[in-house]
Amino acid sequence: MSLLEVKNLEVSFALRHGDLVALNDVSFTLNKRERLGVVGESGAGKSVTGFAVINLISKPGRISKGEVLFDGERLDQFSEQEMRTIRGNRISMIFQDPMMTLNPVLTVGTQMVETLRAHRNISVKEAQKIAIRKLGLVHIPSPERRLRQYPHEFSGGMRQRIIIAIALLTEPAIIIADEPTTALDVTIQAEIMDLLIELCNSQDMGLMLITHDLGVVAEVTERVMVMYAGKVIETAKTADLVATPMHPYTRGLINALPGHGVCDTDNRLQQIPGTMPNLTEIAPGCSFHPRCDRCQDICKYTVPELQKVVGNTDRFVSCHFPGEGQEW
Amino acid sequence: MQTRRQKLKESYLLYSFKRDKVAMVSFAILVILLFAALFAPLLAPYNPYDPTVIDIMDAELPPSWMEEGESRFFLGTDIQGRDLVSTMLYGLRISVLIGIGAVILQAVIGIGVGLTAGYLGGKIDAVLMRIADVQLSFSTLMVAIIVSAIVQLSFGVGRYEQLAVPILIVIIGIAEWPQYARTVRASVLGEKNKEYVEAARVIGLDSKRIMFSHILPNTLSPVLVISTVQVANAVMSEAALSFLGLGMPVSKPSIGSLIDAGFEYIFSGAWWITLFPAVLLIIFILVINLLGDWLRDVLNPKLYKG
Repeated sequence: MSLLEVKNLEVSFALRHGDLVALNDVSFTLNKRERLGVVGESGAGKSVTGFAVINLISKPGRISKGEVLFDGERLDQFSEQEMRTIRGNRISMIFQDPMMTLNPVLTVGTQMVETLRAHRNISVKEAQKIAIRKLGLVHIPSPERRLRQYPHEFSGGMRQRIIIAIALLTEPAIIIADEPTTALDVTIQAEIMDLLIELCNSQDMGLMLITHDLGVVAEVTERVMVMYAGKVIETAKTADLVATPMHPYTRGLINALPGHGVCDTDNRLQQIPGTMPNLTEIAPGCSFHPRCDRCQDICKYTVPELQKVVGNTDRFVSCHFPGEGQEW
Repeated sequence: MQTRRQKLKESYLLYSFKRDKVAMVSFAILVILLFAALFAPLLAPYNPYDPTVIDIMDAELPPSWMEEGESRFFLGTDIQGRDLVSTMLYGLRISVLIGIGAVILQAVIGIGVGLTAGYLGGKIDAVLMRIADVQLSFSTLMVAIIVSAIVQLSFGVGRYEQLAVPILIVIIGIAEWPQYARTVRASVLGEKNKEYVEAARVIGLDSKRIMFSHILPNTLSPVLVISTVQVANAVMSEAALSFLGLGMPVSKPSIGSLIDAGFEYIFSGAWWITLFPAVLLIIFILVINLLGDWLRDVLNPKLYKG
């Protein structure tokens, strides 16, 4: 049994004009020590997926269909009180901007101790000891002194480490990292990513890495799930997906990376024409068809199913004309 | 590691305080006045509450530098023969007590209501803020007249004199709490969508904890600023109520009731009974407001004094 299993998840937001479906039939699994990447443009539903796992979709949104199974339990049916024992305890989440996610008026120590004491019945002294140990784990020098400092006394990279340390406090089974390095510069990004990989291995955790950066995904994750307009359009082992993208959207994403394959210094970067449709006005058929260079009549009217790719048991794609692209 | 003392020494608060003469002078005067109020029994030459030392023959003596003045009574005496300096010190004590007490009550009610309304939103917000609106539509005076009338009727005038201080605290506290509720609610609305609140929810903290230990500390600077103004307002309200005869009884005068007591004699020449307490009240209110202005400028760097 997988640690986390999401089955046919649908999240919808009740708007005045009717329901807006932000996630449509999303299924995936995450095992212990596995690192799963979730890739897509802004608004593709990556973050909503993360929040749906911890059952924290803000109103007017709700999980309207499907199941979230964590350790065999249906998280989507948990009460708010039961969920509080899961959030930050068994499943932790890390956000994009470390400048914003720490409370500016409380010391780092206060915030760490508070988190621990919300989930464990321990004294402040014990909590501080654990906090110091976790700060050491994320390579923060002289952690005893750091506990007494305020967030503004840290650099961006340090703050993200502290946030990771907070996420680690309760020894969670899963960490959901929602674009953890987007607000940091590239050298720090590499450090943080190395740290996350290291921690997954040493702490036996599953990592769900939400990002729009395929480069990061290629370095960090073992499996990847590409999302578009609230749907999973391709999922595969990271190595396979990067080497041979089957969906035209995935291929577009990879071609848009600098220094990859088709692009050299003389050529312009390739881009996917157009933008992702607004979720309220999705065209019938394949949601990607208006931007697709393989688009045929069938794409405009029939929604492609997420199907197993012939010859690869661990690979799914939702496209009427999947393939590597050269033949198209 | 820096000690607290070092941190204070290097803080912007102290830096700007040292460079603002108005703030420094106001602060000095305020400290002196508060000190005088707190230690009135030790500083005052007479005890104005002790009927044995009051002699009606001393009534309406002018200040000591005037012709008929006596050196025993520096600022003269009131109509009952009480030393004005002593009475003012004791009066200031009562005014400060009522002012601060009322503000604490306002803050407790207002912060609780404002936090709840702002954070929970929706129907709870609507109901609580409408209650605040209703409360604001009653004037302090009206509430005070009704309540003191009821209390005087049910307990008798003698009992009322004993209960006057807590009753005034409750009246002024209840009349003005919506100020706090509105201020706090406004800053909670600004704070609650910030990421650290989302992060606190993701960590698994409950609403009460998020409200009080995460959002509240971030809304404290406007609260601090209005607190200064509210103390001044509460002292003013008390003075106004006492002036109208609804506040402190003459036997235990606050600054306001002193002004009132002297007011009747102002045309018969005994101007000092009203003038000195009035000047004291004005200075007290003024320094608090000046300090409040300074505090607002310091705590809100976006407010640029051009």
